Amino acid sequence: MLSEKISEGFRDSGLAEKLIRRIHERVDRPMRIMEVCGTHTMAIFRHGIRSLLPKNVELISGPGCPVCVTSAGDIDQIIELAEVPGIIITTFGDMLRVPGSKGKNLATARAEGARVEIVYSPTDALEIARSTDRPVVFPAIGFETTIPVIAATVIEARQRNIGNFMLLVSHKVVPPALNVLLNDPELALDGLLCPGHVSAIIGEQAYAPFAEKYHVPCVIAGFEPLDILSSILMLACQIRDGKALVENSYNRVVSKEGNPRAREMIEKAFEPCDAQWRGLGEIPGSGLKLRAEFINHDAARSFGLGPVFVPEPAGCRCGEILTGKVIPPECPLFNTRCTPTSPVGPCMVSSEGTCAAYSKYGDL
Amino acid sequence: MRVNEVHGEQDDSLSFPIAVVEEEGLRKEVRLDIVDRWPEVGDYIIVHAGYAIHTLDAAEAETNLNLMREMAEYVERKDI
Repeated sequence: MLSEKISEGFRDSGLAEKLIRRIHERVDRPMRIMEVCGTHTMAIFRHGIRSLLPKNVELISGPGCPVCVTSAGDIDQIIELAEVPGIIITTFGDMLRVPGSKGKNLATARAEGARVEIVYSPTDALEIARSTDRPVVFPAIGFETTIPVIAATVIEARQRNIGNFMLLVSHKVVPPALNVLLNDPELALDGLLCPGHVSAIIGEQAYAPFAEKYHVPCVIAGFEPLDILSSILMLACQIRDGKALVENSYNRVVSKEGNPRAREMIEKAFEPCDAQWRGLGEIPGSGLKLRAEFINHDAARSFGLGPVFVPEPAGCRCGEILTGKVIPPECPLFNTRCTPTSPVGPCMVSSEGTCAAYSKYGDL
Repeated sequence: MRVNEVHGEQDDSLSFPIAVVEEEGLRKEVRLDIVDRWPEVGDYIIVHAGYAIHTLDAAEAETNLNLMREMAEYVERKDI
């Protein structure tokens, strides 16, 4: 979160009105734009941006919610580990109510006696590990914004010899998923609204191959109303003019090269592997695993966990929602059996989930 | 968040450097291990899960806002 003082300028309603007029002037054809990031999905709903755009601009929510794209098998493993006597699970709060395939979640496991601690930062988990001899497991779920944070923590755990701090790694990196989305003829995307804070790490440069290979304009956006509107305007101009460039409307935070220091931290702790995405299936090279020197901090190895395939909950369409194929109201469970208080699929649980956004704000 | 204090050394991987920041009257410590530019007192930082990932100053934010003002004001721009 940036200071309110800085953010205020990017909420100027007069400027927003002008940008909306400019967008209406430039949109001369149907445009399908995917917002890749779940935080953008929420911000778009919160600011009512869909209702301000021309009718032929379609904003499609993508797979940018890390909890939502974590496979059902990985979620089950976290819950099963929580139930092992002696293990302490430390997690970000948004994991607590993500349902596993057997009707349980971390909250119900905790109610039944498992020790599950909500932490704000993985460093809090490290402090818990320092204070006990019990294994402390942190489910490492997140994209490039979160990965260096967790990398820095496991590097610190190794340096300080805190051997009972362990990661259950389900990290995913964004660019390989973009390949899958842009290769999908059913999606036929005209433009990408690229994530803000993932881009702060990977930089503008990361999108150049996609703009070139798929001839699709890519614009990096921040999270305030003017950030999103100016980015949609930039995309509309490019689409109208047949261009496919990488542009950055969030240049107060995102640079061309991103954050090499953070990427170096990722490299030190992790190496690429294949990963299973909910909705997108297995994507080669889209995951990360701990490097050999950190193997003592690998919960999967310590507790003998391997990849497992678990089918999606019956009727749940999270998979198609995550790839923009359907919108939440098209899911038979949406706001009936699956609600924010009693979620069936992860997209209804996470604060960045598309179903949670639709449920909270309606079809704005 | 606005940086009020900086503790630790940028190049000392064992020092686990921190900034003390303030947001809406709340003071907290933020790790600087992965920040892109070493902050000075008065700078702002973007924080993710207790770690600063980016440093900026008010002038950089103003430059960004000016870009948006230009887009809003000009009917046509060749470069967008």
